[in-house]
Amino acid sequence: MLRTHYISEDEVSMLLNDVLELYGYDFTDYAHASINRRVNYLFKKDRFTSFAEFRFRVKNDKNYVTRFVEEITVNVTEMFRDPFFYTALQKQVLPVLATYPFIRIWHAGCSTGEEVYSLAIMLQEANMLHKAKIYATDINNTVLDKARKGIFPLAHMQQYSRNYIQMGGTQDFSQYYTANYEYAKFSETLSKQIVFAAHNLVTDHSFNEFQLIVCRNVLIYFNKTLQDKILHLFDDSLETFGFLALGSKETLNFTSISHKFRQLENRQKIWRKTIV
Amino acid sequence: MEENNRVTHPRIVVIGGSAGSLRTILEILPNLEPKLQAAIIIVLHRHHVYDSTLTDLLAIKTTLPVKEAEEKEDIQPGTIYIAPSDYHLLVESDYSLSLDYSEKVNYSRPSIDVTLSSAAPVCGARMAALLLSGGNNDGTDGLDEVQSFGGTIAVQDPIDAEVDYMPKHALQTLQVPFVLKNHEMADFINRFAAEDLV
Ligand SMILES: C[S@@+](CC[C@H](N)C(=O)[O-])C[C@H]1O[C@@H](n2cnc3c(N)ncnc32)[C@H](O)[C@@H]1O
Repeated sequence: MLRTHYISEDEVSMLLNDVLELYGYDFTDYAHASINRRVNYLFKKDRFTSFAEFRFRVKNDKNYVTRFVEEITVNVTEMFRDPFFYTALQKQVLPVLATYPFIRIWHAGCSTGEEVYSLAIMLQEANMLHKAKIYATDINNTVLDKARKGIFPLAHMQQYSRNYIQMGGTQDFSQYYTANYEYAKFSETLSKQIVFAAHNLVTDHSFNEFQLIVCRNVLIYFNKTLQDKILHLFDDSLETFGFLALGSKETLNFTSISHKFRQLENRQKIWRKTIV
Repeated sequence: MEENNRVTHPRIVVIGGSAGSLRTILEILPNLEPKLQAAIIIVLHRHHVYDSTLTDLLAIKTTLPVKEAEEKEDIQPGTIYIAPSDYHLLVESDYSLSLDYSEKVNYSRPSIDVTLSSAAPVCGARMAALLLSGGNNDGTDGLDEVQSFGGTIAVQDPIDAEVDYMPKHALQTLQVPFVLKNHEMADFINRFAAEDLV
């Protein structure tokens, strides 16, 4: 079984340069292995027969570029993913935020929104949702549309409900959605305080000051230079004593902003900004 | 570039396994060369629960350092890296490791196929892959890629495998030059690391 076609790393970087020059989407500082894999997967899926044909399409078909951007970003997510992360948010972060008259939260790279709804549920249970605004952003418009609708496969609810209980949830999880036989639609009381909007972490700027920034499993897709740049963006967008929450395999340690932050004492990836 | 890799980067052995493979891995580790030059990457399907204990469990069996692979760390010779549960583990062209939280492949995350196919073009002939016991298809496509980029592939002799589906599936699909008994595996790795495998 000889591999007929394989897009090499050099070819991938040619494509990424085209996409940057022609359309302004900058993927050139993404971690190569993952981008490589996505591009090769898309190449096979869309049945191109040569790199030249693939490149021609990317360069000349504007609609295809939308697809390209959407397909090469990884959008997998889950409600209450890593339940103990949410326990830590609930026990150590929300009580601090509760003392503010108004709470601004930025959820960057929110994908289809499962994590955002999880956070909204926690805020509601802490009786804080009414005074919170969650800005949920992503580069990918298709996932944002899904997030806005708040409709998720019913088949996932069992797992989500298990995660919810593991994180310490005590309510009946099913009260938060209405179910028909394939889908669960989350209550509009939850989404009322959420603004879903497109924001590209690589090229767009800071747009507010927040008390909590959540950005999980996004930085792993970037190289170190880009990670550092995004962390500066977060630092710039965070109030003093604000919190920054990352994914379970991501860290602030050894980065150029680490001296300004102190990690909370638990095993979760949550930092508090201590210096301006 | 190629020449450069030869001098600076270690050879890599990826061991992939699913149901029934842990016992075999525990058998291999004590017999690895204490001065092994190759890096070892272990991709094991497992349940969340065993997560933190797996590294400790393996570390007892060898003097080589055993660690869960971390985001963007450089691959060091003589080190055993474990793919963290619930993330795919990829090999970057600068021989660093990166994690990826994309769809499960073959119902698995980490997936053996994903690690092998990312390592294959990067490592070429400087990698070997060993597929062990398991009850699904994961690994076969990855082995295919490793082989097509010049790497060495091996599978556990299905007779020795607790669950023979995974090695059997690879053997039915591919030409596999090394079909190994459990007691031959450490030697295979030691020799590949020392570049004396024929
Ligand atoms: C794996 S998902 C993470 C979802 C969720 N935060 C979680 O951890 O479950 C990564 C998300 O980052 C988004 N993303 C990738 N590059 C981005 C960029 N430059 N700016 C904003 N979002 C980006 C992707 O579209 C995707 O939805």
